[in-house]
Amino acid sequence: MIGVLSYLVFFSTVAAILAIAVLGLNLQWGNTGLFNGGVVASFGAGAYGTLILGGTSQATHIGGFGLPYLVALAGGMVFAGILAWVVGRLTLKLRHDYLAIATFGVAVTFENVMRNAHAVTGGAQGIRGFERPLHQALGDGFLYNLIFLIAVLIALVLSYIFLERLTQSPFGRLLRAIREDETAARSLGKSPDRVRLLAFVTGSVLIGLAGGLYGTFYAFVSPQDVLPILTFQIWAMLIVGGAGNNAGAVFGTFLIWGAWTFSGWALARFAPVEAQLYTGSIQFILIGMVIVGMLLWRPQGLLPERLVVSQPGASRDTTQTERTL
Amino acid sequence: MIQNLVDGILVGSFLSLGAIGLTMVMNILRFANFSHAELLSLGAYCALVFDGIFGSLLPVMSQKIGTLSLTLALVLSIIVAMAVTGLSAVLIDRLVFKRVREKGGELSMVFASFGMALIIRNAVGLVFGLSPQLYSKDIAFAVVLSRDPLLLVKPDQVFVLVAALVLMLALHLILSRTLFGFSLRAVAENPTLAQVHGVNLRRVIAAVWILAGGLAAVAGVFYGLSFQITPVMGRDLVLPIFAATIVGGIGSVYGAVTGGFVVGIASNLALVILPSGYSPSVPFLMILAVLALRPHGLFGEARA
Repeated sequence: MIGVLSYLVFFSTVAAILAIAVLGLNLQWGNTGLFNGGVVASFGAGAYGTLILGGTSQATHIGGFGLPYLVALAGGMVFAGILAWVVGRLTLKLRHDYLAIATFGVAVTFENVMRNAHAVTGGAQGIRGFERPLHQALGDGFLYNLIFLIAVLIALVLSYIFLERLTQSPFGRLLRAIREDETAARSLGKSPDRVRLLAFVTGSVLIGLAGGLYGTFYAFVSPQDVLPILTFQIWAMLIVGGAGNNAGAVFGTFLIWGAWTFSGWALARFAPVEAQLYTGSIQFILIGMVIVGMLLWRPQGLLPERLVVSQPGASRDTTQTERTL
Repeated sequence: MIQNLVDGILVGSFLSLGAIGLTMVMNILRFANFSHAELLSLGAYCALVFDGIFGSLLPVMSQKIGTLSLTLALVLSIIVAMAVTGLSAVLIDRLVFKRVREKGGELSMVFASFGMALIIRNAVGLVFGLSPQLYSKDIAFAVVLSRDPLLLVKPDQVFVLVAALVLMLALHLILSRTLFGFSLRAVAENPTLAQVHGVNLRRVIAAVWILAGGLAAVAGVFYGLSFQITPVMGRDLVLPIFAATIVGGIGSVYGAVTGGFVVGIASNLALVILPSGYSPSVPFLMILAVLALRPHGLFGEARA
């Protein structure tokens, strides 16, 4: 029983961390229409940033600044934000293809640099020597994981409320306006480039938060954690859940992460021995089919974006009539 | 240094072939096709299969041509692979991209192409196995062109370069001299107006996919001849090929040719100063440099 329970805690922790990343992507893609092909770079920047700033000092690589945990986590988020700012600055004014290619390039390059810059990142062996916050008080057992899960859930709820507020605010309306018709927004005196950059950086900072929490949870990060497949998984979660709908994003995360974990278990359990080498390929094909299948048959996702119509003059409760698409 | 330059030109020849097809698709269908590099891998494996078939049907065909490690069987296989890959590209378009195109925006297409890339790459891995393969198991000896500075060139590499240039010349003639070339440019400029003038849009799109797939197949085989054939070659090539299209300017065929050589040469020259582990990052640095200095590439023009 305790085994099942502790597995559930483990599963929910990872899923909740990924949900924060999916929410960040939803701000970029769902609300603003920005394509981020390098989710994993922001995620990795958050994880590496947090572990380098908050770890204990090591002989093999720099870092181990031993900063207080929350400062380290914030530092990781800042890393993710700076990276997004640089890429966004160069590409957001151009055609959307450039953003797709450049963000994808960032992800490939990020992984490549993390793997090779031994002096900073520990190379392929990854970053060691990070001690999880409060682990002396709470130990390393079930209690710690349970409290960590609660902390992650709080972070998830806070991110969710932040994004819900943001998308219902005038700024959220502006994001959708730019997504739907950039020229019209421009003609109303808005500056789409700046707003897009802001949304892109904000989304990436949230993805960086998810990465920081992920690194904290495992107390370890290596180039294996920042492979492109993570980007595809996070997209699949958003597309399945419903781009533009924050509740859909969270729902899609738990659904796809559950399906991924289950398919991995089922393949390991039931596939013949000679096919075991190929379980990864089969899972990747499944993720690809989920993405393509959703685009073909239900592009709006399981929980579609709710269309929000603002009506001036009505009271706060009724200003926003919602109807499903 | 000189060796890096020569190697870079050779790498550039197949990057160019890959980039031409990609830039044509991006020009007509207006989406960044992340599954394009998988066509190279499809072509390479297709040629491997037919090379085996031809070789076992007529063992005479497995004779090497001159000093090349190339055989007559492989030459024929390349032609078959071009056709098969071109038709596969049309099929993928009909099954997936066309439907997504009719439903959603350009970005849905980019998502779909990522999904297709994952499916094709891993399906290839499932069918052909994950370990690298070669067209010829014999060691191809390099010819020493000069001892100081040391310069080694394999006969195969010369063949690859010459064949790539011949293909590019043929493509140039098709695009600039035939009615098909004109209709292609008309569709890229304004699809609706082109249709009004009697251009069959469906047929032009299919033709572009066949051309793109065919060139990708050749590029894939040349990559296989120069290095080795692996299921993840698409993953390793996608960024350099995109970099070539961006350096040349998205939509420009001549830009893609130039861009391919520029990226190939620059990636190899970069190895003079950078440790070789960093070579996958070079294309991205070039993309950043181009976007910062000349966002629309060498030959491209701004387009909404």
